[in-house]
Amino acid sequence: MADQHRQAAVVEFDHVTKRYDAPTGKDKGKPTPGAVNDLSLKVPAGKICILVGPSGCGKTTSLKMVNRLIEPTSGKILIDGVDASTRELTELRRSIGYVIQQVGLFPHQTIGENVATVPRLLGWPKARLRERSEELLGLVGLDPAKYRDRFPSQLSGGERQRVGVARALAADPPIMLMDEPFGAVDPIVRDRLQNEFLRLQETIAKTILFVTHDIDEAIKMGDLVAVFQTGGILAQFGRPLDILAAPASEFVARFVGQDRGLKRLSLLRVADVPLRPAVTGRPGDNSADARRRALDDPLRYLLLIDHGNKPIGWVGHGDIPAEGGLSESMANPSSPILNKRTTLKDALSMMLDADVQTGIVVDRTGAVQGLLSIDTIADKMREGEHAAAFDQVPPPDPEIGDPDLADDPAAEPAALEVEA
Amino acid sequence: MLPGQQIFDFGWIAGHLDSIFLRIVQHLQLTVVPLLLGIVISLVLAVWVVRQPRAYAPVTAVTGLLYTIPSLAAFAVLRPIFGLTLLTAIIPLTTYTLLILVRNFSAGFSAVPAEILEAAEGMGYTRRQRLFRVELPLAVPLIIAGIRLASVTTIGLATIAAVLGDAFGGLGQLITEGIQNFFPTKYLLGAALSVLLAFAADFLFVRIEHLVTPWAHAKAGAR
Repeated sequence: MADQHRQAAVVEFDHVTKRYDAPTGKDKGKPTPGAVNDLSLKVPAGKICILVGPSGCGKTTSLKMVNRLIEPTSGKILIDGVDASTRELTELRRSIGYVIQQVGLFPHQTIGENVATVPRLLGWPKARLRERSEELLGLVGLDPAKYRDRFPSQLSGGERQRVGVARALAADPPIMLMDEPFGAVDPIVRDRLQNEFLRLQETIAKTILFVTHDIDEAIKMGDLVAVFQTGGILAQFGRPLDILAAPASEFVARFVGQDRGLKRLSLLRVADVPLRPAVTGRPGDNSADARRRALDDPLRYLLLIDHGNKPIGWVGHGDIPAEGGLSESMANPSSPILNKRTTLKDALSMMLDADVQTGIVVDRTGAVQGLLSIDTIADKMREGEHAAAFDQVPPPDPEIGDPDLADDPAAEPAALEVEA
Repeated sequence: MLPGQQIFDFGWIAGHLDSIFLRIVQHLQLTVVPLLLGIVISLVLAVWVVRQPRAYAPVTAVTGLLYTIPSLAAFAVLRPIFGLTLLTAIIPLTTYTLLILVRNFSAGFSAVPAEILEAAEGMGYTRRQRLFRVELPLAVPLIIAGIRLASVTTIGLATIAAVLGDAFGGLGQLITEGIQNFFPTKYLLGAALSVLLAFAADFLFVRIEHLVTPWAHAKAGAR
């Protein structure tokens, strides 16, 4: 971006409560949907904080209290230490990017005009509006020349959502609020938009509050994850890895799912685990020597590499002739090739697909860095198991249905408080 | 019809182009003025009932009631107050537009999707900016549809203003005189011109709608 100041703000919820009238009739006594109960959390500048939880848990309410579409019943929201309620309403909102699931593009304005909405409200000169909207369209991967003069009705869902993100970024706000921004697009487009957004965030480094009900999205997108439970209670707040490794309650354990270990693998990358060295040899090397080295290694295999250190394939010690030289025809190129950015989940899946125990890790030039064994991955998966006590809870009785969250001892005080 | 008379006397028409033209102008006046007044009043009422949904039922009840008053009765009531003036003609013609216009305008405002209003509010539009820059432009297709309908009915209704006199009687004057003088050319011409005006107005508003709402006609998927 042209301006590299990368502004971002600290957002802090300080004992924020929002009460609505308690449900009556047959729902009497149940937690009020959308209510928030004494929420305190702090999102550092430049981080993505995901608010996740079942519907009615207060996550969207919490988000909308930041730009004051909803005013809290009590407590304060501080933006860089300043109480949001003391700021002029329109000025506050224009300094906060806002993206919603249905996008809400203005159908009567062109894409270029839509993107420039907030700068126009702020009174930027015309030439700068145009320049800025073209810059942002480029940033979200839409060719300005092609899209600028179209209307929203002429775009696909994924394209519209990108325009929504561009519009929210237009005035370079220090904070972005995103309410299920990728919820209305199909899974393939969603995955692409998520990846694009993470890449974009590396450049823009905004403070982002992001609401979703999808735990996988939360784990993938969040630097921090706030898990809400019904009644507007913050069940756990922390890094995705920590939440997966040590869920704070039965509710959180159940919400993140039984496959926590696998989910952890999707967050860990090859760079996060130790690699083992490979016994290597090049075509033409002395066989006898190569065979001895292969036998010395527990794997009893030699990795044949070319002169650029790129892997050619495995040669078992039994296939190495007693004399002569190594040759390419001996090599079996069965192992998957990984790099430091490959997630352990992908690595595991590639190994299972290839029916091997070892993956070859290469650097950017394709040169061999070391080996990743399936045991290393299994060790990493087990690291999260000390929290497994929560998994010992008997499965819910199908006759009674899933034990309601209101039955959770932690949720009960809130329900009472709302009623009081 | 008098014996030996042609049903349609083109010679008469050719000889009276000036007065025919005058009647057309008068008729336009009888249509355009009530329409403009009706649009202004209805916009205010529509914005009000969209903000205050409880006002919708009473407002439509009153405009509906006004619509049911026979025009001749309205003229009879207003004549002692305003005399045989243009105003006496314009007041009922204006009130007749309200039913159609208020309903269409408020439907236009109500049809603006909630997420668009939320996006506008969340991005820091003031109430006023949102009304004029978002709600009003998005209501335009239904607003113009209402104006189209109201213009066509007003053009038809305006012929009745002839009972108030010659000074501003419009095409209704031609029709009344034709009937009184057993001169079909006049009343047929008056009726035909009234129909033509209605068609022209309808066409005009379709064109206007197309011009001012390019977004509503942009082809989806034009890549």
